[in-house]
Amino acid sequence: MVVKFVVNSKKRAYKGPPFKRLIDVLRDDFGLTGTKEGCGEGECGACTVLIDGQPVNSCLVPVGQVENCKVETVESLGSSAELHILQKAFLEEGSAQCGFCTPGMLMTSLAWIRNGGSDKSQEIREYLAGNLCRCTGYQHIINAVIGAVREYKKAKARRKGLFLPSPRVSGERAG
Amino acid sequence: MRMRIVGTSAQRKEGIFKLRGQALYVDDYKLKNCLYGATLRSAIAFGRIKKIEFDPDYSWQNFIVVTAKDIPGKNCVTLIEQDQPLLAEERVLHPMEPIVLVAHSLRSKAYEALNHIKVEYEAHDPVLTIEDSLAKKQILRRPDNVFKRYEINKGNIKEGFTKADFIVEGEYRAPHQEQAYIENNGVSAWVENDGTIVARGSLQCPYYVHKALKIIFNLPDDKIRVIQAATGGGFGGKEEYPSMLAGHAALLALKSGRPVKMIYDRHEDMLATTKRHPAIIRHKTGLAKDGKLTAQDIEIIMDAGAYITLSPVVLSRGTLHATGPYECPNVRVRSRAVATNSPPNGAFRGFGAPQTLFAAELHMEKLAQKAGIDSLELRRRNIFKTGSKTATGQVLKESVGISRAMKECAGISRYARIKKECDRWNKNTNNPTWRGIGMALAFHGGGFTGSGEVMLASRAAVALTKGGKIEVLAASTEIGQGATTIFAQIAAQALGVPYEWVEVAVPDTGRVPNSGPTVASRTTMIIGGLVRRAALQLKDEFIGKAKAVPKTRAALIKAAKLLCKGKSEVRFEVQFEKPGEIVWDEAAYKGDAYGVFSYGAVVVELEVDKLTYEVRLRNFFSAQDIGKAVNPLLAQGQIMGGSAQALGWALFENAVYKDGVMQNANFTDYLIPTALDTPAMKIKIIEEPYSHGPFGAKGLGEMPADIPVPAVAAAVYHATGLWFGELPILPEKICHEMLNRYSHNSLSPCGRGQGEG
Repeated sequence: MVVKFVVNSKKRAYKGPPFKRLIDVLRDDFGLTGTKEGCGEGECGACTVLIDGQPVNSCLVPVGQVENCKVETVESLGSSAELHILQKAFLEEGSAQCGFCTPGMLMTSLAWIRNGGSDKSQEIREYLAGNLCRCTGYQHIINAVIGAVREYKKAKARRKGLFLPSPRVSGERAG
Repeated sequence: MRMRIVGTSAQRKEGIFKLRGQALYVDDYKLKNCLYGATLRSAIAFGRIKKIEFDPDYSWQNFIVVTAKDIPGKNCVTLIEQDQPLLAEERVLHPMEPIVLVAHSLRSKAYEALNHIKVEYEAHDPVLTIEDSLAKKQILRRPDNVFKRYEINKGNIKEGFTKADFIVEGEYRAPHQEQAYIENNGVSAWVENDGTIVARGSLQCPYYVHKALKIIFNLPDDKIRVIQAATGGGFGGKEEYPSMLAGHAALLALKSGRPVKMIYDRHEDMLATTKRHPAIIRHKTGLAKDGKLTAQDIEIIMDAGAYITLSPVVLSRGTLHATGPYECPNVRVRSRAVATNSPPNGAFRGFGAPQTLFAAELHMEKLAQKAGIDSLELRRRNIFKTGSKTATGQVLKESVGISRAMKECAGISRYARIKKECDRWNKNTNNPTWRGIGMALAFHGGGFTGSGEVMLASRAAVALTKGGKIEVLAASTEIGQGATTIFAQIAAQALGVPYEWVEVAVPDTGRVPNSGPTVASRTTMIIGGLVRRAALQLKDEFIGKAKAVPKTRAALIKAAKLLCKGKSEVRFEVQFEKPGEIVWDEAAYKGDAYGVFSYGAVVVELEVDKLTYEVRLRNFFSAQDIGKAVNPLLAQGQIMGGSAQALGWALFENAVYKDGVMQNANFTDYLIPTALDTPAMKIKIIEEPYSHGPFGAKGLGEMPADIPVPAVAAAVYHATGLWFGELPILPEKICHEMLNRYSHNSLSPCGRGQGEG
């Protein structure tokens, strides 16, 4: 069976069993390993991707279900030259520690700011409650999302881009 | 060139890779021709293995199967002792003990095959509780089921009680806690053409794995190589277990000649790997009318599980922190770690101290209440000061920031005012909740206990390559705590070069020296100190051979050519040296247990719903003396993260066991705090510098997990008048206690709308 859908603005065709989990298709078939598996049962949110703009646990979605959908993963955010305002905020606020919940956390936060979410911490906490983090105690993540919401609104008002130049990185350590 | 990078919130070294989904964790590496391993585990808690049968109707031809017979060297996971087998052979001592390994090119097939292996057991009656172990229901460890015991004596405990005006006793029970790193345990392994076994995994201690593999495969040092992949959290949970997992993956790799990945799923990880030790702690304390402690008699019993693993050192740290940060002239602490037929318990942030400090601090509240003294005042009268003597007789010579921590924390939390506000709130029976506030204090020794650091003799290096790369070489792992960032900051500051010039090598035993394990709040304080010394050697060399430390990249490249003299790199490697004045007597358990202690205070504000008995955390405050915050943002992250873990243990995390098996081994039923459960946090960092720490830094990583629990219990007491000496403080427990209390006078425990009184 062939399932056609769009991943990070690129048309993709998946050939194989339609019940294969979306997370496995992304990681194994497409090599998009930014999406992480933490529990495999939709509790931790590490595997969160956006399907047609909505945050979804990709470990619970059979790939057959995303036919003709638009899927976005963490790899769609930023490049080596520029970071998305969310990534920049996460970096500056110390929101990523071990980094394993980070891709899912970013994707849920992305949906929040795109859908016009507020900068109120309690509302953000509620929206992010499906993404578990064991390192940070959440405060630094909430701080980053608050900052990003404000930046996003400013950027939209000025019709400016959402990407900011990436800080210089030394070394090749990808681990 | 004057530059200040230590003390600034420099950007996390590997941050961008993590934020772009590019950091490579063990399962993100593609391995050509890879097999996936799965583990057949013991279905019983205790017994003899009579027979292992492989389903004759199942097609085994594409599987690799490994049992204990395939182990080329010794069948053990070497840690403190060699009592834990890599694969059970004749007997099993706990449920989930590994017996058979299978591998297949499809992960699902490997797990499917486990259903076609039958193990026949002769089951024995298991020992599942501390009480059964002490009663010697079965002898699991000769002669009396006790793996390890300690006794600390100071002054004269009998005399201490004769001087007391109040004597208060209490029993406290701390349960299991799962580390719940978001990335499960996982290791991959392969065999190089020259026979070298390579393991790459999610791990904290590459050289622990290295040591274990050498013995399993009977190979020399240079034929084993262990590499850390990006690691999705550890918290102690990846201190010891990766040695087991690497052994398994490597056995399958050796037999198959192919790379093997073993990645646990959440269920298997929670069922099989280590947890925080459950403990029973009993206090008997004497107090004089003037609020001074006269005697502390403490008994600790920890459930080690089936094998000794790290239990002696967990027990040691628990024992050494059992008094709380108070000076008392007469102290006796007796402790034991006992064997049971449950999966071995192990390292978890705090390493025994959270259990014993929970008891010490809640007991302090109880004592205050019995003596009619404000609990903060009681603490003030007894807390450590410069010159105080601990239970082991250690004189606290410097860097004693506990009074400041307590004062600052009371200040930022407006403790006294909020306490009164809670009292007023609680008087109005129409309010839907009871409110409370609680404080707790901690001390936490940095680095290994006693002579531990001397025996470890850790090493670290700074290298300069001929291409002009400055690189820190250490086996300390980045597990989210910020080790790479801290090392780069320390090296850059010591050298006087920009932070961006310094890189930190991936921990790979083929390349980095043995810096010991990444545990015990030792990475900044001990290894950071080595990095600083190594960097200073390079600085001297720059000055000696190139006249000055280079100021530009071009000058650096020129200097590098000069210093390397045609070689690929020049290395400056240093080894730990014990500060001269530290003296420890292991046999008597007396002397300087740690080089220095860090200190902390926590205040928790919460409310208890009168209808559902749920506890809602309203605010969290902490002030911690860590000597020097090398990176304040990372330090805050450590404090908040460790605190959130402890808050989970206080209120939600309830590991349920039946027949030695965790019944709720998943995130649906074992609840860790979400963003909604975690309160807003305000942190104050205090810097009382330590003369032997790099730039004054002391330990930080573990202390945050030590005392949020007793602060919660104290706040629940303030809110409800109920003592909870057993964790977690679940709504149903509060409900039960409320009903008990009110059943005597037929009042409903509920507030609004429930017709109270």
